Amino acid sequence: MSSTFVVLVARDLRLAARRRIDAALPLAFFTVAVSLFPLGVGPEPQMLRQIAPGVVWVAALLAAMLSVTQLYASDLSDGSLEQMLLVPGGRIAIVAAKAVSHWLLTGLPLALAAPLFGLLFDVSPAALVALVASLVLGTPVLSLLGGLGAALTLGLRSGAVLLILIIVPLCIPVLIFGAGAVAAIDAGQSARGHYSLLGALLIFTGLLAPVATAAALRIATE
Amino acid sequence: MSTSWRFFRFASPAAFYPLAGMLVPWFGVVAAVLAAVGLYLGMLRAPTDATQGDAYRIIFIHVPAAWMSMLLYVVMAFWAAIGWAFNARLASIVARAIAPTGAMFTFLALWTGALWGKPTWGTWWVWDARLTSELILLFLYAGFLSLVSAIDDPRRADRAGALLAIVGSINVPIIYFSVKWWNTLHQGATVSVAAAPKMASTMLTAMLLMTLAFWAYAFAVVFTRARAIVLERDRHAGWAQASVRPPASAAAPGMQT
Repeated sequence: MSSTFVVLVARDLRLAARRRIDAALPLAFFTVAVSLFPLGVGPEPQMLRQIAPGVVWVAALLAAMLSVTQLYASDLSDGSLEQMLLVPGGRIAIVAAKAVSHWLLTGLPLALAAPLFGLLFDVSPAALVALVASLVLGTPVLSLLGGLGAALTLGLRSGAVLLILIIVPLCIPVLIFGAGAVAAIDAGQSARGHYSLLGALLIFTGLLAPVATAAALRIATE
Repeated sequence: MSTSWRFFRFASPAAFYPLAGMLVPWFGVVAAVLAAVGLYLGMLRAPTDATQGDAYRIIFIHVPAAWMSMLLYVVMAFWAAIGWAFNARLASIVARAIAPTGAMFTFLALWTGALWGKPTWGTWWVWDARLTSELILLFLYAGFLSLVSAIDDPRRADRAGALLAIVGSINVPIIYFSVKWWNTLHQGATVSVAAAPKMASTMLTAMLLMTLAFWAYAFAVVFTRARAIVLERDRHAGWAQASVRPPASAAAPGMQT
């Protein structure tokens, strides 16, 4: 099981390294989406500082949802998904590896790039730290839930829009506590409660989402 | 042996179809009678509210609709799970038949809530925990409906829908509490929906009657829709063709094959 996991993560990272532009697309989307907000709501620093956590978090959520549609699609179209599912050791290892590689390729870069966007929105240094911390804790949940959506909508027409429709409602708690952590720091409060809840969501999703995703893959490929 | 046989007999679409067809008019009549009595009590007999005047009377639609919207999601997830776990086709069909009615009640609860909010709170909408989670419930229904309709193979559609409904029902309490805490953190809501005053017994009776009316209506509509889905899926089966065509003896001689 663990060897399947390691091999699959390494494979996905290698594939991403060979299609670097593709791998950078979520980050590019995130950049464009975040940059739209000041143009839409106006350049007043006070307003920007206030909306920054929500904007960054919503953009990260949408970037994760848009990129996760491809998680199983290319493996399905070239037949390697069916080969993978034949490997002894279980589907759980496969879906866990897929979620981890998706997070390494989108969630982690977004979390690391977030301070730059925080600076564009005039966010204080303490809130920048909270932004990175909440993204590091929260984006794995998005990858796990997005993987579930990708498995459920595998091979469907308009799968991308459908995935967003069915998975975004499930992501709302992460958005609330992720953006809330930054807002709490901004308001001079402690964000420990938010971090604890994000961590609880991560553990809960980490335990249940791979099981559900494995079941969804079985349903989709049967 | 015989009891279990009798119970599971109606899990077969061929046995369910005529039974549901027989029950639908009864549920329809019950719904109409209960709604007439409930509306009479609620609109004409219940006392006028001291602070809200007559505007509160929408409660007799609003609260039963909100209850039904939540109940139906749980019932839908239950039947979808049964259909998936035991490979029971009829259970999955019932789950699919429930979804549009549940979404309708969710929308009705939101809409009547807006109509009620305007005269009493002065606004159509507040980002209160209850309103927001009801809105998210509408999204969950929409997700279920669009997922099952996007999948052409009915077997896969039923199972994928069941998985989504189960995941959704596990998430509903998490979503509710996170929205609730989010709301307290923001300190945004100027009005609390939770502060319900003690109500007169006429009001309570009217509300319960309306709930039962909605419940009977849901049965009638869900059975009607389930019958249509059963016919559509079993259209090649002999019983389905026999039930929509006149029996061979009654048919015109030229029609016999």
